[in-house]
Amino acid sequence: MSDAPLAGDGPLVDVHAHFCHASAGRTDWERINAARMWAGDRIGITYHVASILGSYGHTSPPYFPSPEDAACGNEAMAALAAGDPMRLRWYVTVNPNHTAHALGEIERGASLGAIGIKLLASRRADDPLLDPICELAAARGLPVLHHVWQHRTREWPNQEISDGRDLARLAERHPRVSFILAHLGGGGDWAHTLPAVRDVPNLHPDLSGSGVDRGMLDAALDFLGARRLLWACDLTMETGLARLRALDVLGLPADDVADIRWRNAARLFGAAAFPRCLPADSVRAT
Amino acid sequence: MIDCAAYIGHYPFRYLPHPDPEGLVRVLAREGLTGAWVGHLPTVWHRDPAPGNAALFEALASHRALLAPAPVVRPDWPGWERMLRDLVERGAACIRAYPMQWGMASNDPRMIELARACGELATPLLLTVRFEDLRQRHALDVAPDLTAAHVRALARASEGRLVVTGAGRELIEETHWGLTPDEQRRVHWDFAWVWGPPEEHLAHLFRTLGPDRFVYGTHWPLRLTQNPRANLDLLPDDQRNARITDAGSLAAIRKTPT
Repeated sequence: MSDAPLAGDGPLVDVHAHFCHASAGRTDWERINAARMWAGDRIGITYHVASILGSYGHTSPPYFPSPEDAACGNEAMAALAAGDPMRLRWYVTVNPNHTAHALGEIERGASLGAIGIKLLASRRADDPLLDPICELAAARGLPVLHHVWQHRTREWPNQEISDGRDLARLAERHPRVSFILAHLGGGGDWAHTLPAVRDVPNLHPDLSGSGVDRGMLDAALDFLGARRLLWACDLTMETGLARLRALDVLGLPADDVADIRWRNAARLFGAAAFPRCLPADSVRAT
Repeated sequence: MIDCAAYIGHYPFRYLPHPDPEGLVRVLAREGLTGAWVGHLPTVWHRDPAPGNAALFEALASHRALLAPAPVVRPDWPGWERMLRDLVERGAACIRAYPMQWGMASNDPRMIELARACGELATPLLLTVRFEDLRQRHALDVAPDLTAAHVRALARASEGRLVVTGAGRELIEETHWGLTPDEQRRVHWDFAWVWGPPEEHLAHLFRTLGPDRFVYGTHWPLRLTQNPRANLDLLPDDQRNARITDAGSLAAIRKTPT
């Protein structure tokens, strides 16, 4: 069996990854992390942009992390990234219900090398409590990855779910911030999200999620175009690989594929965040 | 290797691009698959499956070398026993049943009768756990996912082959470890909805159940056909040479007197 990257040799940035850590209540946390890195190398992922979601429910709920758990997870994520600077970048995770802590944690995370902010489902996306966080994101030039349920039709337990419409309202209030709408294939009706965010140019869906509905990629390209989409895996790396292979079948121009694979990420985070991708002067101006 | 979980026809709750036999034949060639068991998607929600079965056989008539019909038999419909025999005689590769869409509980005697009748005809009975993720379903699409209790009841009651498509790790394990070794051997699973890395559910199931309990299913035209192949390609080193079962061999069993 060839050990060539399954998704080809070109740069590839996963903008939605997670790692585990010792305080998350799992004895196999190191195996999970090692499996992500092994599969990433097998696929050909140049950079994983990752976060740790507090204690993942061990000592506070995954989508409502306590300030202490958020900080603990961020410290673990910072340590992982510092230990593997060739492959890892990271988001600082905060709970906007604790505004002062969240703002302080963003500053602390940025000083430790975080290149973005991760928001969960601790508060609805268009809630005013998110405004100070977004103002700081704009001042620091940090993209915001926001957990989203595609088409919120009712409340679901253990999360304050937001959908594309909710996040679009926040993005319209903060046009200087780049928002990443999490996992278009990660649950809920993706077909609802596409028209909901079409006219909000600073909002970029990532393609991750366990769902591999046929027609999703075609529709996303039709509604938003390749320059708005970001490749990612989240919790299921095989679906990420499957989507890359499906993009090949669609026959997109090479530039469009490169945009989705890594160049859009370089535009959002800054090409300097990903030096192992092609030189910065090849990144087309936004 | 054949695809045991393909369909033709439209889905009532979402637009599907060109779900026709010609498209499926092209996809099979692209994916290196040698054939498919093909169901008729609209029939899942029909009360009387006969017209949908007829449409399926007609649509596949010019592709039978690659596409084998997987028609529906509903065991609460008058004359289902005759329908089953006719369909098997006409070359059905397996029989599809949808107890959740028909409102049948796990111990429904009619489903058990169907499983036994399929077993007597050495024809696999194919069950579908889900068509879409629970979180995106249409308000009218209210049937819950198939349960492990349904599968266990059928595996215990009939010596026939069961093929279960669309299950995740939890349902597979709950079923498998609730069966005797003889009963376990009656059940095969596709892994279209089983997670790969980093959780590595598929590798875990291969290690604990054995890869021979699994068959290849894509769920085309609902899902990307690239997904099961990607999952196999990302198996860790100790499972790279794992060999799954070709569902075609399950159907062929009925041609060999036992």
